[in-house]
Amino acid sequence: MSSPLTRADVVHVAGLARIALTDSEIDQYLVDLAGILGHFSDIASVNTEGISPTAHPLGLTNVFRADVVRPSLNREEVLAMAPLAEDDRFRVPKILGES
Amino acid sequence: MSSSSAAGVAGPTGNVGISLPPGHRDTASVIAADVRSGARSAVDVLAEHFARIDASEIDVHAFNHVMRAEAQVAAIEVDAAVAAGRDPGVLAGVPLALKDNMCTKGIPTTCSSKILQGWEPPYNATVVDRLAVAGALFVGKCNLDEFAMGSSTENSAFGPTRNPHDFTKVPGGSSGGSAAAVAAGYAAVSLGSDTGGSIRQPASLCGLVGVKPTYGLVSRFGLIAFASSLDQIGPFSHTVADAALLLEAISGHDPMDSTSYNAPAPLLQAAVADGVANGVAGLRVGIVTELAGEGMSADVLARLEVAAQRLRDAGATVGQISVPSTKFGLSAYYLIAPAECSSNLARYDGVRYGLRIKGESAANLQDMMSASRAAGFGPEVKRRIMLGTYALSAGYYDAYYGQAQKIRTLIIQDFAQAYSQFDVLLTPTSPTTAFSFGDKTADPMTMYFNDVATIPSNLSGDPALSVPCGVGDDGMPIGVQLLGPALSEATLLKAAAVIEKGNWS
Repeated sequence: MSSPLTRADVVHVAGLARIALTDSEIDQYLVDLAGILGHFSDIASVNTEGISPTAHPLGLTNVFRADVVRPSLNREEVLAMAPLAEDDRFRVPKILGES
Repeated sequence: MSSSSAAGVAGPTGNVGISLPPGHRDTASVIAADVRSGARSAVDVLAEHFARIDASEIDVHAFNHVMRAEAQVAAIEVDAAVAAGRDPGVLAGVPLALKDNMCTKGIPTTCSSKILQGWEPPYNATVVDRLAVAGALFVGKCNLDEFAMGSSTENSAFGPTRNPHDFTKVPGGSSGGSAAAVAAGYAAVSLGSDTGGSIRQPASLCGLVGVKPTYGLVSRFGLIAFASSLDQIGPFSHTVADAALLLEAISGHDPMDSTSYNAPAPLLQAAVADGVANGVAGLRVGIVTELAGEGMSADVLARLEVAAQRLRDAGATVGQISVPSTKFGLSAYYLIAPAECSSNLARYDGVRYGLRIKGESAANLQDMMSASRAAGFGPEVKRRIMLGTYALSAGYYDAYYGQAQKIRTLIIQDFAQAYSQFDVLLTPTSPTTAFSFGDKTADPMTMYFNDVATIPSNLSGDPALSVPCGVGDDGMPIGVQLLGPALSEATLLKAAAVIEKGNWS
């Protein structure tokens, strides 16, 4: 179906997925993902010309509701579950930097 | 939070399984009727169930969190309502277990993942609110494969659940804890979620009824998302009548879930009573040829024929039907589900909730996120996130995700064709009876193949259920699966009642 999966592909995908991997994990996932994609390449043989993709199984499309103000979650309760909060906000490491 | 070591040949107590007395069927229907009439108190019913939890939960490990105090308070409230002459609800005093991927306000909800360990949701899932109003007593949050990704509960970060019938065997998954809790008598009924068979397969392996409703019949609000176009909440129970009772209680439109079906909740209990009393004269049953041969064990196929004969004896006609695109169902599913999971699980980034690694010491935001996700997710979850990320990535989208979604359309068309000839379809639920711990963990594909018969109805959005139909060569339970077109739950439960009746005679 496509060119074989490479170690560089696994590193690229792990970066996109924001998962830090060790070298041995990269090796393992290369084997696993190549094997799984190999099994599932059978779908390439199916003729799907003119077939529309299905996103919702029962064909439900846009659903609207009245534009009415409703209560939202309690701020203190939500922030209480955050790893780090400060001044009613989520606190995170710096987003902009030299790196 | 309980945790158990890797399962060995027996549980920590040395016991090999639980022997519930024959006829042990403390069903939700009987309990609710007794409590509503005042014949039994909810407090007494709860005490009986907690006695069984205390006796064997150390071996079974059905729960991540037991809600002893909360259930006691709820039971006292139910008894007070009965004493005061108020309606205590249709599930009054029924001990009920929840899969630990359903949000419970102020009660830990983990998805059996380290990334959510200690998280307490600020709101309830819609099903939780509906069941509380109905008088159910929540006894605990049940173990699962991490984020519902697996078929054995071996992927739980907190250790596997053991099959109550034989502690050396898996209970199935991903809703293995929900199945084990009912099979072990800890709860009369429970809720699971089914994305590719995660209710039906553990129901089959634990000797229970399990239903995956039509997509949209039950609100998913507060169900922690795995694959949003496939996920659906449904019941586990000892009997078909209980499945109908519980499904009626949780069905119906919910404005908080935009994919919720806006139609009146179906009348299911009446359909079951009709099936028991009058059979299924004229029902056209089709056995799916692609799912009734290769890969299925001989004892499973023998029980499938028994189920077919019971339906014939009750007035049905049984034929064969080919649904050719189902053979591509596994491939389509294992591209679509990981793609959706990679998107849904992006929210676990160490910012708003859950585990954070390298808080202040991280070089930047991405460093913190990557470290948190590496530490918080288990191997199978990482595998699926990466598979899904790859299937959605530039250059591969059309070949993998796009093609899988088109095959999904072909499967829907094939089923529509089948339902023009048959009212319901019959297949095995699982290729085998419950397998041993470690049997299928070496190669991911071996585990994935377990879902071959259950996946097609998630892709089509149609309802399906598993109903017990005897035991295999090893004495372990075997279930058979009934499938039908959208919103055919009443027909499926009616046919299931006929198959179930044969177990009792």
